Amino acid sequence: MTRWNRKDLVGLRELSADEINFILHTADAFKQVGTREIKKVPALRGKTLVNFFIEPSTRTRTSFELAAFRLSADVINISAGSSSLTKGETLKDTARNLEALHADIFVLRHSSAGAPHFLAERLKASVINAGDGAHEHPTQALLDLYTIRDKRDTISGLHVVIIGDVLFSRVARSNIFGLTKLGAFVTLVGPSTLVPREFEKLGVRVSHRLDDILPEADVVNLLRIQHERQRKEYFPGIGEYTRLFGLTKERAKRLKPDCLIMHPGPINRGVEIDSEVADGLQSVILDQVTNGLAVRMAVLYLCGGIAT
Amino acid sequence: MKAERGTILPGSATIIRNGRIIDPANKRDEVGDLLIVDWKFAEGSQLSTKKSQPEEIDATNLIVAPGLIDMHVHLREPGFAQKETIASGARAAAAGGFTTIVCMPNTSPPADNPSTIAWIKDRAVETACVNVLPTGAISRNLSGEELAPIGLLAQAGVVAITDDGHCVQNNAVMRRAVEYARMVNLPVLDHCQDYNLVGNGVVHEGYWSTLLGLPGWPAAGEEAIVMRNILLAELCDHHIHCQHISSAGSVRLIREARARGVKISGEVCPHHIALTDEAVQNFDTNYKMNPPLRSQADADALLAGISDGTLSILASDHAPHADFEKEVEFDAAPFGVVGLETELGLFLDLLVHKHGKIGMMRLIEMYTVEPAKLLKIDAGTLSVGATADVTLIDPQLEWTVCAGEFQSASHNTPFDGWKLKGRAVRTIVGGKTVWKL
Repeated sequence: MTRWNRKDLVGLRELSADEINFILHTADAFKQVGTREIKKVPALRGKTLVNFFIEPSTRTRTSFELAAFRLSADVINISAGSSSLTKGETLKDTARNLEALHADIFVLRHSSAGAPHFLAERLKASVINAGDGAHEHPTQALLDLYTIRDKRDTISGLHVVIIGDVLFSRVARSNIFGLTKLGAFVTLVGPSTLVPREFEKLGVRVSHRLDDILPEADVVNLLRIQHERQRKEYFPGIGEYTRLFGLTKERAKRLKPDCLIMHPGPINRGVEIDSEVADGLQSVILDQVTNGLAVRMAVLYLCGGIAT
Repeated sequence: MKAERGTILPGSATIIRNGRIIDPANKRDEVGDLLIVDWKFAEGSQLSTKKSQPEEIDATNLIVAPGLIDMHVHLREPGFAQKETIASGARAAAAGGFTTIVCMPNTSPPADNPSTIAWIKDRAVETACVNVLPTGAISRNLSGEELAPIGLLAQAGVVAITDDGHCVQNNAVMRRAVEYARMVNLPVLDHCQDYNLVGNGVVHEGYWSTLLGLPGWPAAGEEAIVMRNILLAELCDHHIHCQHISSAGSVRLIREARARGVKISGEVCPHHIALTDEAVQNFDTNYKMNPPLRSQADADALLAGISDGTLSILASDHAPHADFEKEVEFDAAPFGVVGLETELGLFLDLLVHKHGKIGMMRLIEMYTVEPAKLLKIDAGTLSVGATADVTLIDPQLEWTVCAGEFQSASHNTPFDGWKLKGRAVRTIVGGKTVWKL
């Protein structure tokens, strides 16, 4: 009996705890593939995957591409600049044209929240959300969950602290949904403008006092912070942010010795995290990247199997 | 029946028999007959002088109301015929029970000059089956920077000025516009939106914007401009009407100001009381409008505001968009929903039947006397001698909204498939039936 019956993965909010655990379990099997001499299985042989990245990305796109190669799928990469979207074609028309070429799986990165949801409803092909606006980034949260489970055996009962620009973070939202479904206790920390109290209604705690929270954490997940145009009015600057919310070497001493330090990347050394902390023993940042491959193989395998 | 235009022959007469005549202008609510001779309401004595046999319309169990007025409609012409034309928008109005509609100036070119107003009026005479009254822009090119030629717009026959769809951000420009409009006796209608507070917001800022990661449109973004308008209405001693009020805070501000005698008013659209922001969770762009759907507490406050008279006007903010324009990512979709063919049904169903917030007399008043008074137009009454615009309403008729059957050129409604109680069944403009069910 299969425990997976979705052609799409648009977010973790829709998934049950069982479904999330089933993906993580499936990823266990695929993790082994990466350690073999021949890192390839025929699971998606003959399938065509479109890496449809309307917003720039290197890490996620590469991870999906490698995952697809290891499953023996054919891969096409499309980015915003190279697509007919620049000629005014709508997202729906571009996608339906690709579907007419028998694409089986769309991996979509888009700046608008809900774009994968929109395509999933309109395509027979699978749609995998690789990040939509500030909404969800489900495979990132799944690889975070996988990494926590891998290092700590369980997720239930752990205290996970997410630090930074939560308001604009799809990684934070997917993590909140996934972690709370699996029984973790979540605290969000950051400036009040980027971590508004409204988030408490999602079943998490909101705090603006990092030093008080750090000693209680089992996992800290740091979000990339930027102070570009859209953020100018949200906080005074990088210097102040680092002083108040950066995981400095000094602050890291307040962490429990077994607390995991995570970051979805790309990291800003010396901004949200000190360089030495990022490279330190508690850091699992590179494990996250490795696990991401296994998790994405699992997701492509499960959804790609349903769409047929 | 397909809505159509027409002229009536001099000497023709119509008797609408045995209907419940509700005429708020004359505080009249009684069962009786209504006589129309030529294009005007008449007394029985006028009938005998006519040779031809009058047409009889049986209105048993129907309400006979003055022709309804929707003072907030986008007809999209000139410039956006893929969304709507003056002809198709007027047909939608007739099918919704409206004999007079007031169209907004955000066309292309915008209605910020007398020649565009003249073009719209000509086009309406040629193609519209209901009365179309244009508004003019407050500012040139709706840019909020320099005043449009408001005096010439008044001479060209606009019934109000507004930058609807846009909002003058510069308080000094708005102040001068209101002062100037007072000179030419034109009310000012305002779409209340503080651009800095709202930013790129697309849905109500609250639980659902937080959950969905969609940019939030905070209620304070409306309330700040409502407050500004109250201050300017007071300063300039001239009427400002706040369009499509959506938030509880706005209702409170308007209530307090009206109690002090400030010349401020507010209008409600059906979607803001029928729906809440929860509806956006599937990213369906038919739930995207400006201002956005808000919380249940806001919807409740709007109902209370209708109930106590704070909000005095009902309107649709009929905002047609072509299917392909709405069939895009939520952020990218244009704001707005069509409303002419559903608003009366929704308001009857929600305000009169479900929530019992107001009676039939008040509902009709909010669609006739109130907008006529605000816009200083000669409409909205069944008085003898007045132009014979009539809406026949079956208040008990149960029906299902079918977007596919709309007269409007567009179908962007969140209410497709809704079962409603009460609707217009016949629309008469100047004595001529332009639509019937």
